[in-house]
Amino acid sequence: MDYAANLAMTLPEVILGVGAIVLMLVAAWGGQGSTRAISWAAVAILAGACVAVAGPASGGGMAFDGLYRADAFAGFAKLLMFPAAAIAILMAPGFFQRTSGDDLRPEYPVLILLSAAGMGIMVSAADLLTLYVGLELQSLAAYVLASFMRRDTRSAEAGLKYFVLGALASGILLYGISLVYGFAGTTLFDGIAQAYAGPRSLGLLFGLVFVFAGLAFKISAVPFHMWTPDVYEGAPTPVTAFFASAPKVAAMGLAVRVAVEAMGPATDQWRQIVIFAALASIILGAVAAVGQTNIKRLLAYSSINNVGFALIGLAAGTPTGVSAVLVYLTIYVVMTLGSFLVVLQMRDADGQPVESIAALSGLSRTRPGLAFALMMFMLSLAGIPPLFGFYAKFAVFDAAIAAGLFPLAVIGYVASVIGAYYYLRVVKTMYFDEPAPAFGAGDSKLEGGLIVVTAAFISPLGYLLIAPLSAWTMAAAQALF
Amino acid sequence: MSGFPILSLMLAVPAIAAIACLFLSPQGARMTALVATLIDFALGILLWTNYDIGGAQWQFVEYQPVFGRFAWALGIDGFALLLIMLSVFLMPICIGASWRSVTNRVPEYMAAFLFTEVLMIGTFAAQDLFLFYIFFEAGLIPMFLIIGIWGGVNRIYASYKFFLYTLLGSVVMFIAMLYMARAAGTTRIPELMAYDFPAHVQTWLWLAFFASFAVKMPMWPVHTWLPDAHVQAPTAGSVILAGVLLKLGGYGFLRFSLPMFPEASGQLTWLIFLLSGIAVVYTSLVALVQSDMKKLIAYSSVAHMAIVTIGLYAFNRQGIEGAMIMMLSHGLVSGALFLCVGVIYDRLHTREIARYGGLAINMPRYALFFLFFTMASIGLPGTSGFVAEFLSLMGTYQVSTWTALICTTGIILGAAYMLYLYRRVVFGEIKSDDVREMQDLSGRELWLLAPVAAVALWMGVYPESFMAPMRKDVGVLLARIDRAAPPSDSKPTAGKPAAPVHAAAEGAH
Repeated sequence: MDYAANLAMTLPEVILGVGAIVLMLVAAWGGQGSTRAISWAAVAILAGACVAVAGPASGGGMAFDGLYRADAFAGFAKLLMFPAAAIAILMAPGFFQRTSGDDLRPEYPVLILLSAAGMGIMVSAADLLTLYVGLELQSLAAYVLASFMRRDTRSAEAGLKYFVLGALASGILLYGISLVYGFAGTTLFDGIAQAYAGPRSLGLLFGLVFVFAGLAFKISAVPFHMWTPDVYEGAPTPVTAFFASAPKVAAMGLAVRVAVEAMGPATDQWRQIVIFAALASIILGAVAAVGQTNIKRLLAYSSINNVGFALIGLAAGTPTGVSAVLVYLTIYVVMTLGSFLVVLQMRDADGQPVESIAALSGLSRTRPGLAFALMMFMLSLAGIPPLFGFYAKFAVFDAAIAAGLFPLAVIGYVASVIGAYYYLRVVKTMYFDEPAPAFGAGDSKLEGGLIVVTAAFISPLGYLLIAPLSAWTMAAAQALF
Repeated sequence: MSGFPILSLMLAVPAIAAIACLFLSPQGARMTALVATLIDFALGILLWTNYDIGGAQWQFVEYQPVFGRFAWALGIDGFALLLIMLSVFLMPICIGASWRSVTNRVPEYMAAFLFTEVLMIGTFAAQDLFLFYIFFEAGLIPMFLIIGIWGGVNRIYASYKFFLYTLLGSVVMFIAMLYMARAAGTTRIPELMAYDFPAHVQTWLWLAFFASFAVKMPMWPVHTWLPDAHVQAPTAGSVILAGVLLKLGGYGFLRFSLPMFPEASGQLTWLIFLLSGIAVVYTSLVALVQSDMKKLIAYSSVAHMAIVTIGLYAFNRQGIEGAMIMMLSHGLVSGALFLCVGVIYDRLHTREIARYGGLAINMPRYALFFLFFTMASIGLPGTSGFVAEFLSLMGTYQVSTWTALICTTGIILGAAYMLYLYRRVVFGEIKSDDVREMQDLSGRELWLLAPVAAVALWMGVYPESFMAPMRKDVGVLLARIDRAAPPSDSKPTAGKPAAPVHAAAEGAH
């Protein structure tokens, strides 16, 4: 296979990588003043990468001698991650402008581009080493982003925590990879699948456990979730929104691909791990969120909780299940971005961000539109019909039922009621309590517009998208089997 | 009328009005809500007059497979028609009841009520399993807000309890629905009603649905959310809660549990009878000692709903028709009783029974209406309550004499607590000056209570109007469940023939 065909299949990542380097050079000469232009250029590059997904990148097959796979699954995940990354870029200027301390610097969009390139490689990996390279590219950019507000101690703390724990997880993952390589004799997913299909040695089983432990850290599933609340709280809000959306999709996509493509024959082995992680995430994510007073920490636990639900689709281990995971992630990304867009609007009269849930008191009277949108996001995250978040849960539990996992489905869904409690608490604060001091007026038409778009998506109107979304995710899921 | 999507229109009118209300002034929102609910009522009358009694089982059917996994499928039979009529009839009354008493955040209040109307009609009209669930569950959101924003002192506790209690009941049902859709390969309710699940699966599915409907109903011992929700909700919220939302449980038994799981229903009838029997006696006794008017009526609702469940599980025509009439009658009468409480609450701002007394002296018209609804609640012949209780208990007697005996005490206890309430509030001497200054019913309040009284009387004197639309559907249901009917203990049983003596003698040889 010639280089042209290989590059055509990796075109989205090529665009992102080259774009990031060019923009970094522009930033080096343009300096602080070029931030705005670079932000828009980065959004354009992400849009270009989305367009490039439509080509051979979403159905070309294997590239680089089996290291990289361009299929419909990767294509779908990329179309989910790149727009989410673009929104994270668009959220930033307003936030940094109003927040005293650090200014937005042109490195921000460049880092997001690099992270997006890493994510693209993650979901397309067909080899354990490609996987690791993609993961590290994404993670290293993310560590820097977490500590982007250099003068803010919480931000620095978040970056350091993320880095140390992330490095630990990478170590665990690498250890698992080395075990798998040692006992399977290859790092290619296809070869590993053959090894798992044959007589399974203890080493292969240990490798599987360590690989899943490393991946569980990246998707912040219990018991490897400890970093999430601290990092989400400390990182600047646009960065938190980014962490909760695009990298989550990438890590879940990666986990699904490893589970199905590389370790498909060992489904019965990893299903136990996934079921435990799913239920533990759902229950702990719900229970631990009850006592939170900071909205960003609350959303962090909410993301742990939601990852648990997405894992239920993976536990099914069927095309229906994988398709349900993709449906879940699609809806989850929109809900999460919408919630964080609302959190961005939480500012006191001087424009400084406030993060306590108590500050939302009586929001329905001071900012009725904003309160209504946040109520929709919260109830949607809780999975209450008629909001679209309900369909996300519908899809994963439907897959679990089709696979015969009845106890998992019943326990998981009953535990979602615990989660409903803390989402309701936010609604209660906004609607039932006496108003707190009003927030500063919203001055960004862009952010307002994005809130309206995301809210419309999770409104009952979203149900009209079920048919095309199901067909698309099913095609993507079939690519793995 | 064939082909015209009247059910979708009935859903669209309040939905659009609800969104419009959010952008209007308080007075504009009131008018919009009233007009929208009256239009829906008019559409409801149109629906009833065009309903072909004895015609096709499912009428006004709409089917649009727009949701991929499930469909926008609407259609009604006689049961659904009557319950939709109840909803659209009570809704303008609720808006009217809130006209003066709600002054705070009126546009949102009216929008919440209109959304509730959409979801109630949708629940009764849905012909798709998951569409039903969406409407059924979504109703929690506006009610949560209504109780939480416009409720009484302890409203936040009550709103949480209402929401989480009913949600917990429903989630198990949802898992069961997913299984049913997979097993039967369809999500359409009419097809599922004809599908035979294996008997051992039926038991599990029945229990899952029971968890949801028993909470909604509410049945003893999961009724405790109801008194809290009623006491804290604003008057109109209580009316809609008692009038329509409690009927969702009964409707669920009628639409899902009985026809879809007949064998399980037959086997578990003892559970229904046991819980209902306890509910009738226990909640009636609890109602007797209440000092809060709304709480008293809330407990009486639990007792009345128990009469509904025993009627439904009697597996015969009288029982099911009686249960249906009980739902309609209770919807009207308890709704009206809550309105009556609201009338004096608006004047004195307390629901404490002891604060009132002697209202017959200065509020004669009010005393008359209150008396009528009290009698209807007790089940005086000539009112709707009599028809309902009589049929229901007669049906039950044919299956279980003991259950009928225990539940009939509910009538006596019901008379006790309602008359005791009436005596304390309306008769006797006026105790304080502020009670003496209370005005009799205003024209608006008269307009709210008079139509309900008229319909309750109509249902009591000529129940045929309400039984005719559902007669054929009861027949269809009975044909489906008859094979699983529990054994009767009241029918004469043939005695054992005496053992022929000579045969035994011969055997000895």
